[in-house]
Amino acid sequence: MSPDTASITAGRLGDVAGKKQPPRPRRPVRRLLGQHPIGIAFVTPYTVFLAVLAAYPILLALWISFHDFFFTAPGVDVPKPFVGLDNYADVLSDPLVRRSFVNIAIFLAINVPLTTIAALALAAVLNAVLPLRGFFRTAYYLPYVTASVAVVAVWLWLFSRDGLVNTILGHLAPQPSWLVNETLVMPLIALYVTWKQLGFFVVLYLAALQNIPRQLYESAAVDGAGRLRIWWSITVPSVRPATTLVVVLATIWGANLFTEPYLLTGSGGPNGASMSPVLIMYQKGIQQGKPDFAAALGFVLVAAVLALSLLNRRLLERE
Amino acid sequence: MKRKATILSGLLVGSLLLTACGGGGSAGGDSANAQRGPIKIWYANFEPEIKWAQQMIEAWNAEHPDQKITGQEVPAGKSSEEAVTAAIAAGNTPCLIFNGAQIATPDYQHMGGLVSLDSFPGAAEYIESRSGEKVAQQYKSPDGKYYQIPWKANPLMMFYNKDIFAKAGLDPDNPPLSTYQDFLSAARKVVAKGGAKYAIAPAPTNEFYQSFFDFYPLSVAESGGTLLVKDGKAQFNSDAGLQVANFWRTIYQEGLAPKDPVSTTTDPFAEGKVAIRSAGPWAISTYGKLHWGVVPVPTPNGMPANQTWTFADAKTISIYSSCKNRGTAWDVLKFATGEEQDGKFLEMTGEMPLRQGLPDKYPDYFAKNPSYMTFADQASRVAEVPFVPNSIGIWQTFRDAYVASVVFGKQDVTSAFDQAAQKVEQLAGEK
Repeated sequence: MSPDTASITAGRLGDVAGKKQPPRPRRPVRRLLGQHPIGIAFVTPYTVFLAVLAAYPILLALWISFHDFFFTAPGVDVPKPFVGLDNYADVLSDPLVRRSFVNIAIFLAINVPLTTIAALALAAVLNAVLPLRGFFRTAYYLPYVTASVAVVAVWLWLFSRDGLVNTILGHLAPQPSWLVNETLVMPLIALYVTWKQLGFFVVLYLAALQNIPRQLYESAAVDGAGRLRIWWSITVPSVRPATTLVVVLATIWGANLFTEPYLLTGSGGPNGASMSPVLIMYQKGIQQGKPDFAAALGFVLVAAVLALSLLNRRLLERE
Repeated sequence: MKRKATILSGLLVGSLLLTACGGGGSAGGDSANAQRGPIKIWYANFEPEIKWAQQMIEAWNAEHPDQKITGQEVPAGKSSEEAVTAAIAAGNTPCLIFNGAQIATPDYQHMGGLVSLDSFPGAAEYIESRSGEKVAQQYKSPDGKYYQIPWKANPLMMFYNKDIFAKAGLDPDNPPLSTYQDFLSAARKVVAKGGAKYAIAPAPTNEFYQSFFDFYPLSVAESGGTLLVKDGKAQFNSDAGLQVANFWRTIYQEGLAPKDPVSTTTDPFAEGKVAIRSAGPWAISTYGKLHWGVVPVPTPNGMPANQTWTFADAKTISIYSSCKNRGTAWDVLKFATGEEQDGKFLEMTGEMPLRQGLPDKYPDYFAKNPSYMTFADQASRVAEVPFVPNSIGIWQTFRDAYVASVVFGKQDVTSAFDQAAQKVEQLAGEK
């Protein structure tokens, strides 16, 4: 309620009571800071934090994306002319950028559904009464909290040409091998990321599962519903808000893919087959001194992810 | 409500302005060059270099209590260049960094992050007399000034495993590795009979700097020191460049080198799985227990060792524009690259100071450590990466074409290199 609405309401109440009183003059400080000025003190640190570390960089990046910009030492004054949509045109005409978006589409098409289904299934199993439940919950969470560099080294060892997986597969091993196979490399990365992040999404689903009232299950059982029917008609719809969160988060994180093509496949190899937009942003913006190109690419990526996330919400949250 | 919004907006704008004003300025001009006082320096995160830097700082501080040096390793980042770029933009670089790379120097200069060393009296003469004019010229900016001093090199040569060579029936003391044909024939034998999984294992990945360790040393050897780009024109699509590329392509096609990315935490040469690797003198201490030998990089028809060029893999030192006590910085730079400290650097790290006549200057060291003598001799015939604008973009463009055509054979080498050359020349021409 705004201060103005509050005073009007107070005046009317005064009339109703039959004691018409002149409106109480309000002190200017109160008028400025509202009913509970202490609230401003509470929100200010986080507002400043957001302004400095989120809003300011985003606005600066947007400005950079429309200018011919490069980083300079403080005090160095160089012209940074407005170039309109030139940086965006450069981004969209770059074949490697286009390739990276196709790669990400392949990645998301595998990673998001796989993450959602596997996380829900595992959460349901881990929610049931089973021996060593605590151990299994920790085990699935472990890859999520393990440093990527260490885990990538293990996957390199597993999936290299002479690695454990190919040794087990023998003649069935793919040619060329996993990490240098243009067709298999993105699905492999999608599988790796699914495995690495699964623990986090399992926790989200576990929390959602524990909030489903037991009575629903009991009623369904009394009505004669089988396990599959209970799963499909009670569990899945009851965790729908968690599913939306899992899908949106998996999409956003997946679109920001960086570590795996950087470390696992040596800068987006083979031949750009695992290149991601964020890796190109890093190469152009940080390594090659082209932050204007990188900023424009960043906003193209933001627009794509935003559109995808909105679509996901529309599809998942409809009744 | 509107008022509250105004107050909040005011707070935001205020905080943004405070942030914007946070960067430091830099003192400029001759007065800054004469200014003396305490300075900060950064050095590489490499144990032998850390020890050398610490003794150098101690020696300087003992003599200059009013101009003390505070040293630290280059802050962590994906690469030193990334950390330095961020520091330049933030205005908090130290006065000196003992880990510069020529590939990044054009960008630092472009950012206004470096002090021209020519602004100190006698600087150009000092640099050229220390390193020799021919070597020093490679480190000069296209504007004719020095923004870095060539400090030390790790000339790339071919290490080989003598045990594997002997097992393959090759002479371990005089291995046939000087011509491309000999090299290929030896590579086939070490894989077929020597028990090596691969003959050689350069990283087959797309990082821009990987070409320093496969294509580039052979290219400068073949051309007698010609750089990747010269006078704005790409050189790698010349006959010499294509010959080098086709040599490597044969190696990949025949499975003599792996196409898979290799973990950075393992070294297949040290494990005896690979028979040959290109490396600088830093590797001598690493491969101490291995029975190894070292030869110059191959050329198409073979070349005497004393005429073969290679990639320098050098590091440089620069004075950064946020430095206030530049007079002290210049004095420290000369102290750290003087004859005495160069000798200590050689002794403690095994890397070659870029000083002419190295074997004659430190005869005792080379008498005691004959394995380093080969590298000392090679250090007088080294080529750096060219000093051109968009240097990293140029190398990335080249690397992408190389990996596609040479490693994976997805494209014909000539057409891939011609396409890359067009892009590279465009990048080299940008200001």
